[in-house]
Amino acid sequence: MNRQTVIELKGVSTSFRGHTVHRDLALCVKEGQIVGLLGGSGSGKTTLLREILGLQRPDSGVVRLFGVDLNDPDIQAQRDIRRRLGMLFQHGALFSALSVYDNIAFPLRELRCLDQDWIRRLVHLKLAMVGLGPAHGKLMPAELSGGMVKRVALARALALEPELLLLDEPTAGLDPDRSQNFVELIGELQRELGLTVVMVTHDLNTLAGLATHVAILADHHIIAYGTRAEIMTIDHPFVTGFFGADRRKLL
Amino acid sequence: MSEVPSLRVEPGKVVLSGAWTLAEMLPTLVELQAALANATDGHRHWDLSALTRLDSAAAVLLWRAWQGKWPASLEIGDMHRRVVERVAELPQEMPAPPVARVHLPEFIGRYMLKAAANLRGMIALFGQLILDTLFLARHPKDIPWREFTANVYKTGALALPVTALVGFLIGVTISYLSALQLKSFGADLFIVNILGISIIRELGPVLVAVLVAGRSGSAMTAQIGVMRVTEEIDALSTMGISRSIRVVLPKIVGLTVAMPLLVLWTSAVALFGGMLAALLQLDLSLVYFLENLPRVVPVSNLYIGLGKGFVFGFVIALVACHFGLHVKPNTESLSANTTSAVVTAITTVILVDAIFAVFTRQIGVPQL
Repeated sequence: MNRQTVIELKGVSTSFRGHTVHRDLALCVKEGQIVGLLGGSGSGKTTLLREILGLQRPDSGVVRLFGVDLNDPDIQAQRDIRRRLGMLFQHGALFSALSVYDNIAFPLRELRCLDQDWIRRLVHLKLAMVGLGPAHGKLMPAELSGGMVKRVALARALALEPELLLLDEPTAGLDPDRSQNFVELIGELQRELGLTVVMVTHDLNTLAGLATHVAILADHHIIAYGTRAEIMTIDHPFVTGFFGADRRKLL
Repeated sequence: MSEVPSLRVEPGKVVLSGAWTLAEMLPTLVELQAALANATDGHRHWDLSALTRLDSAAAVLLWRAWQGKWPASLEIGDMHRRVVERVAELPQEMPAPPVARVHLPEFIGRYMLKAAANLRGMIALFGQLILDTLFLARHPKDIPWREFTANVYKTGALALPVTALVGFLIGVTISYLSALQLKSFGADLFIVNILGISIIRELGPVLVAVLVAGRSGSAMTAQIGVMRVTEEIDALSTMGISRSIRVVLPKIVGLTVAMPLLVLWTSAVALFGGMLAALLQLDLSLVYFLENLPRVVPVSNLYIGLGKGFVFGFVIALVACHFGLHVKPNTESLSANTTSAVVTAITTVILVDAIFAVFTRQIGVPQL
């Protein structure tokens, strides 16, 4: 089956004040893949995610989402691209002044095309998708527990029916039980909605539970990219160090 | 296969094709909604097998077009059926998000209660300050000298340029406008009295208080507020460091000390501006002005001005710290509290100024 390319990075180089983060980095993610992005602390995973989102411009190189260059000057094209992706920030990044309901309704209202009833149904649908009830809609973000913040943030990321979902440490700060639930939730949603997912994680269980593909970021570029089984065979100090004796766990 | 969502009405059935997703539907949303509404009546069979994609936004649209029940006969792929089922599982009548209705008495009452709570909070903070001072008197080693001097520098030294600029311009303005009036009465020499009394006693302290409330008061509220949001205040407590001694007390004492100095500085610059304008407008020499100033303006005016500065500084810092400590962890609360801090500080300063005016009405006014 010929799958569409969703994310394409070519020759991306980034540096902060002379300190190189990425050098000639390339990555290509196809539709329907769940890619786990691995790398040591400070290896530039979050920077890479921000570059994919277009929040940060690499010094050189091309970032293409759905075949559209993020440097394209056409504002309308840029906005359309943003509507096709959803981002789950590490700490949720919920709008603290808005209730849970309004947080999820916000991107829908911004389209200025949907009527109130439609928005209401969609918000309740998204809340139900992430396992929350209508009663939770009235809460303010400050009143939520860590796990609920992630769920609401996921519901908001899904509000615009994205084709591409980016997750930054989706299970960090959750207890193993909740983290397992969250992984199952994302996996279920991914199968049903046919999403492409890119996630940054340090958690082996999350990786084993979700990822179809693994990309490893070390030495300023993607040193390996492939299915989980392929990654097992890589002999690189980072891979050996990261998985240690637990390599088998990934399978 | 075309990705554009389309709806075709054939005899006896409705055929949907293309990608029915929010992104694809948006350009032709109005037409699609109209077509769906038309297609609902009469046609019984729905053929959705040609759909390439169906997302929940489109499913909600379909479900509404079907008026909340499955059509009599439907052809749909398994994956898409699941999407519609999700929508069907939702309760039919969605509770509307509650809209809070505010009645006038309730609004006023709530406002009064809030004001009372703020007053109580400030009195409590004042009491805490007294307790802290007593504690520090017994434990002089714990006095936070470094924070205290940092606050004097931040709120005092760094505010010198802006207060000087504003003071100078106000001095020039008042002198110029008064001179125009005095000239017509031939009472040119009284410019010294007018400028001296008004600037030293009244304008200098109030002007500085308004500037400092906007500049340092808001900064204090925002800083303490953000420290609360990021739990830095809690981190201090866990290290056994009192937040009121380390964070609040140095700010209040610092501003209370810095304000009289700022008042002195601003009044001096404003008088200088007034002198220059008088020189240009009335040909009044600087020497004459300076020689007559102590004669027509009793020195008690200066003490009143400095005393006001002292009290204003204390009030501004107390109000700012009180509101900072009551910031809740969200952006709305931070902005609301910063606004409240500045507004309350300026209002209180003017209130205190009026009280000062009443109680010092016998002092420092030259009898001619």
